[in-house]
Amino acid sequence: MAVPRFWREIPSRYNLIGTRCGNCNQVHFPPRYLCPNCRRVGKLEPYKLKPRGKVISYTVVHVAAEGFEDQVPYVLAIVELEDGPRITAQVTDCGPDEVRIGDEVEIVFRRMGQEGEEGVLYYGYKCKKVS
Amino acid sequence: MNVGIVGYGVYIPRYRIKVEEIAKIWGEDPERIKRGLMVEEKSVPAPDEDTATIAVEAARNAVKRAGIDPQEIGAIYVGSESHPYAVKPTATIVAEAIEATPRLTAADFEFACKAGTAGIQTCIGAVEAGMMKYGMAIGADTAQGAPGDPLEYTAAAGGGAFIVGKNNGESLAMVEGTYSYTTDTPDFWRREMRPYPKHGGRFTGKPAYFKHVISAAHGLLRQLKFTPQDFTYAVFHQPNGKFPLQAAAELGFSKEQVLPGLLTPKIGNTYSGASLIGLASVLDQARPGDRVLVVSFGSGAGSDAFSMVVKDAIEEKRDRAPKVVDYVNTKAYVDYSTYAKYRKLLVR
Amino acid sequence: MRDVAIIGVGLTKFGELWDVSFRQMMIEAGARALEDAKIDGKQIDAMYVGNMSAGQFIRQEHISSLIADHAGLVPIPSTRVEGACASGGLALRQAVIAVASGIHDFVVAAGIEKMTDILSGQATGALATAADQEWEVFVGATFPALYALMARRHMYEFGTTEEQMAMVAVKNHQNACLNPCAQYHTKITVDSVLKSPPVTLPLKLLDCSPITDGAACVILAPAEKARKFTDTPILVAGTGQASDSISLHSRASLTSLRAAREAAKMAYKASGIEPKDVDLAEVHDCFTIAEIIAIEDLGFCKKGEGGKVTQEGETAIGGRIPVNTSGGLKGKGHPVGATGIAQAAEIVQQLRGEAGKRQVKGAEIGLTHNVGGSGGTAVVHIFRRGD
Repeated sequence: MAVPRFWREIPSRYNLIGTRCGNCNQVHFPPRYLCPNCRRVGKLEPYKLKPRGKVISYTVVHVAAEGFEDQVPYVLAIVELEDGPRITAQVTDCGPDEVRIGDEVEIVFRRMGQEGEEGVLYYGYKCKKVS
Repeated sequence: MNVGIVGYGVYIPRYRIKVEEIAKIWGEDPERIKRGLMVEEKSVPAPDEDTATIAVEAARNAVKRAGIDPQEIGAIYVGSESHPYAVKPTATIVAEAIEATPRLTAADFEFACKAGTAGIQTCIGAVEAGMMKYGMAIGADTAQGAPGDPLEYTAAAGGGAFIVGKNNGESLAMVEGTYSYTTDTPDFWRREMRPYPKHGGRFTGKPAYFKHVISAAHGLLRQLKFTPQDFTYAVFHQPNGKFPLQAAAELGFSKEQVLPGLLTPKIGNTYSGASLIGLASVLDQARPGDRVLVVSFGSGAGSDAFSMVVKDAIEEKRDRAPKVVDYVNTKAYVDYSTYAKYRKLLVR
Repeated sequence: MRDVAIIGVGLTKFGELWDVSFRQMMIEAGARALEDAKIDGKQIDAMYVGNMSAGQFIRQEHISSLIADHAGLVPIPSTRVEGACASGGLALRQAVIAVASGIHDFVVAAGIEKMTDILSGQATGALATAADQEWEVFVGATFPALYALMARRHMYEFGTTEEQMAMVAVKNHQNACLNPCAQYHTKITVDSVLKSPPVTLPLKLLDCSPITDGAACVILAPAEKARKFTDTPILVAGTGQASDSISLHSRASLTSLRAAREAAKMAYKASGIEPKDVDLAEVHDCFTIAEIIAIEDLGFCKKGEGGKVTQEGETAIGGRIPVNTSGGLKGKGHPVGATGIAQAAEIVQQLRGEAGKRQVKGAEIGLTHNVGGSGGTAVVHIFRRGD
């Protein structure tokens, strides 16, 4: 991923900054540029989502996405955040058999990848089971 | 001096490797090593952790404990000998991740294991001078020991973050004074482009660690006209479990004053994080009025000593974030091959 | 609007076609379709080509012109249509609209993908570009992982089992054995699916469709002119297409594709046909769970019972509603851009009664269901005999 493309999304990747429509109060993550409900009447403003949620579904990835090869098997989940929106995120610091639907998780700050051996490092969110 | 600690936080990765597991690989006697170094196991960073992620988690805990608006932090200094980039600050990553940007100054510090306390001194100066309301200093590392080197038994990962502000009702500890002792002593180093540090073996002891730690501690005691008996706790840099106890004994401190801040036996040497995690562990259990001595050590070489008095705010702030013991007790063991993969000793 | 009929179909062999180039594949499928329709190339008015990603697979964009040139069809308008794995279905729909509107009479709807000129890992990466790069792929999602997330949730909500999913693969491989164009002519068992290497659990290797080269082509004509070319024109009775969030996590349900339900609703309404009237269907089984969800979304069984009806043999040839008689994406192969067209070709052959050993007896009405990404795009067509 090109540097500007990663950099542009840093607030969302580091701090779960999404948007909230001041008109209908719906929270979006990732951020939206138009409220799908209110359309042009919507008033989007940045909104920081609470870093907690629960697992809606999960899979144990054995054949990795590019750049994730050294982490297999890893757990990838869809997590419903307390504020409502769902995200796709890795569940880190756990074995492949430790995640179940309904598990409570918190968001943590982790290294997500790198642009080759000489390129920039990507940081962002993963989640971790709440003990 | 009219400054205090407003908040602190630590982070220690979940994975551990036991001395036995490393000794087995190199054909050494684990009991001799455990006795010699007074270390049982060390923390290992997960493959998706590095100094920046550790610093961020510690910083977030510090902000939680301080209960301040991160926008009021005027400086972030991250001390480490394992910054993820050779050029490009870790401090900006932390600043962004705790939402302290953009009205602040930030920089990375390097002074082996004492870069974190150097950051605290810088923050003390800046706050005392009225340059900023709060300053944050972090010491964090994912230390590397070359495979088979004695350092491999101790080189660990972890970090501590401290927020310095004016000494007022917000402070959980008041800083009474600080004293540094620095010379050019090449006891441990890592050259440009080299993955692992080299060291002078036994030369790292007497002329390096002991000389600087003891001189800094003596200097501070003289400056403040204190004796070891005036302190409830003493935290010394802890490259292993043995050195800090020896230094304490030589200075006239008891084991009881040192043990609450001695984490190396359970998590290894977290380098820039070590004396800060030790201090955090003491603050996790101290009572208002307790006096704490902290003496860091960085190879190369130097020591920064601090005297602090714990204040009432500790009682309210202590439970706002995970304590050192919470991290120490949350652990999962890895074997040497997993460790080797996590530490990128094995690369496909 | 005019009624539209398909008067000719053509396919290449599906598989790892090492010795055949992108251009050659398209010409081969096109020539077969023209021959089947008994129409001269000079009569063709326009062409729509479904292709997901020639740019990534063979580093060639602008394939609409490339194909028109090599087919000797210049200067007719030629348009590439892209909707990830639904590209073929979308090309067909564009062609149908062009004929129905009266703008063109004889239109080629084609689909093609050349996937084996790059390594399979690179091909997997190319396919993942159909998912949300910023918020799915960046965090470690793969394409199979997204379907595995659907599968896990389907298992959780409805008690669907890994065995039931395996039965989709077993059935489709069995059907593929009866299809000369199919990539696989090997039977597999539930046990071999369950024991195949894990890809992204609960999906295993044999739950996944393969990487395939292939091209497919159909020729469309206004229904009133179709009779001049064939005694068995197949009418396009209804077409529907719908969109949804590109990212799976942004959708209300993980166990049903809204885009597929909406596209089906549109096609059923346009044709006046109901799910119970459909004699057979080609559905988008890129993964076994996808077929289970598809037959639920299309109304062939109750929500949550896709696994059960598969297990009971209702979707096999000879069952209540045969699904993927061609072998589906799993057994016939999945050259992504070609898939939507190949599905239509299978239905045409079945409705004409020319499907050989896999013929569904007395088939009058057939349906195709083609999905892009993890459900961001879906297109459904309903066909009926025109005689």
